[in-house]
Amino acid sequence: MPIAPPGALRRLIDDVGPVDAIGVEERVAKYATRSIKKKSKLFGLKLAVSMIDLTTLEGKDTPGKIASLCRKAITPHEGMDVPSTAAVCVYPAMVKHAKKHVTGTTVKVASVATAFPSGQAPLKTRIAEVRAAVGDGADEIDMVINRGAFLAGELALVQDEIAQVVEACGDATLKVIFEASELETYDNIRAASFLAMRVLRPGDFIKTSTGKTSANATLGNNQVMIEAIRDFYLDTGVAISMKPAGGIRTAKQALHFLIAIKETLGDAWLHHSRYRFGASALLNDLLRQIEKERTGAYQAPYVFSDATEGY
Amino acid sequence: MASRLPITKTPKCYVGGAFIRSESGRVTALHDAHGNFFANIPQCTRKDLRNAVEAAAKAGLGWAKRSGYNRGQILYRLAEMIEARSAEMAEAIALGGASDAAAAKEVSASIDRLIHYAGWADKFAQVLGSVNPVSSPHFNFTVTEPMGIIGVIAPDEAPLLALVSLIASAITGGNSVVALASQSQPYPAIVLGEMLATSDLPGGVVNILTGQRSEMLPTFATHEHIRALSGVANADERKQLKLGAAESVKRTRLQKSEDAHDWFADSAQGVHEIRELIEFKTTWHPIGA
Repeated sequence: MPIAPPGALRRLIDDVGPVDAIGVEERVAKYATRSIKKKSKLFGLKLAVSMIDLTTLEGKDTPGKIASLCRKAITPHEGMDVPSTAAVCVYPAMVKHAKKHVTGTTVKVASVATAFPSGQAPLKTRIAEVRAAVGDGADEIDMVINRGAFLAGELALVQDEIAQVVEACGDATLKVIFEASELETYDNIRAASFLAMRVLRPGDFIKTSTGKTSANATLGNNQVMIEAIRDFYLDTGVAISMKPAGGIRTAKQALHFLIAIKETLGDAWLHHSRYRFGASALLNDLLRQIEKERTGAYQAPYVFSDATEGY
Repeated sequence: MASRLPITKTPKCYVGGAFIRSESGRVTALHDAHGNFFANIPQCTRKDLRNAVEAAAKAGLGWAKRSGYNRGQILYRLAEMIEARSAEMAEAIALGGASDAAAAKEVSASIDRLIHYAGWADKFAQVLGSVNPVSSPHFNFTVTEPMGIIGVIAPDEAPLLALVSLIASAITGGNSVVALASQSQPYPAIVLGEMLATSDLPGGVVNILTGQRSEMLPTFATHEHIRALSGVANADERKQLKLGAAESVKRTRLQKSEDAHDWFADSAQGVHEIRELIEFKTTWHPIGA
């Protein structure tokens, strides 16, 4: 059992309501039992492609690798009827390289900022990083929250920092990463969702994880967050978007997440402006399954170009 | 003392180093030679085959990288495992109606076959590779490479020996295998899976499915990731397999089920069997004037 949350966090949880953890687990287990075949499967697969933030976040990223990533995002597979991905997601230093390649296409440039993935840098530095990325042409900023402060109950500080990043973003869309695995409980994830949503603009995102820790996006924490989005929307009329990231590698998983969205938030969220996948390997698995639907034959992975692997 | 409740075994397929039921949940009742119910055998589907191919792909890279010497050691270890449980394996074969003597003979032959290929594992590359004389200043040599994932389709006759022969010739060369066991006598293949699990062979290098040939063969034929098909099939099946193989550009090595085939013969084993399931790579290396 995690230790009891500090007073301020406890009061926030009481305010937004706790999560029935067993109920959530049972609910999401049901998503894996839906039978999605043929036309609806193809629809889901293509929709998932259009929702991907094709990501490379490695120390060894180079401008050349970013160029290849962008080409893959614009045309996932030559001669195949699939949409472009929603965005490419890169480190701030790579934004200007990415921007060059995607200008004139529908693909946006997202950049992680605010001392990703730990967030452990002075606020001034984090804000400067956001401004630099936006200045280089980033359309979207993925920030991490200050988990240490959140768990210590310094909620005003956390919320204040998010608000300052919102301001620094200007016209850029903001995605707030909670690093759900470090928040430890569903109650905390729900509380953090509300804390962030109260200072976000319509169309901004909340996001599960950085993909840099052992535990990543799960159907469970996705469910807690989309239910928070639903409750917040019903309360305020403000539609916040959602992005699970990390660990979603297969088309089947992606379909399960889409089912969760369809059944919790409805069709309005089945669009890349409202829902994204932070992923890299997922794209090729989706292409594989789309090609399988077309030809009827299971495909070998090596006929699809590598987005980021293989360097 | 009251008599014990019978503890019956649920036969399962060996895929990715784990024992699985079919994803479909379907089973086929298996009867012994006297018509008594023996057990329910999984009736695998194309999705089970797809999953097995994924497992084979995952394990195949590491297996191909191992030294021939190490692959030989592991094949030898597999032979040891069957030897230690040969009585159990003979019973599994006798279930299909073979006499005790014939079953024991098939088990021995299967073990010997593994020993045979264990010996070849670190030698076939030298025998099949070559340094080629060329009339230019190049060092020209040919080396062997595994093909990748091999689909093995086992016949009904010699349900263990044929399966072992087809699997061993494929994995000796560094390939990984997805095998479809004999449809009428799948139980020896189930027991083989249990022995593979204790043999140091990395999980996923050999995957064994049971089920209906008519359901599984179309997917064996068309799956793009399977690089070759090795086994025994009738005329209709061969046609179907070859058409699918042409579409997905895979090699076929199909023996005719209408021909008599002596799996016990010396000619049923050897380096020529390994050669059928490897690729050759020839390299030109400049050596100066």
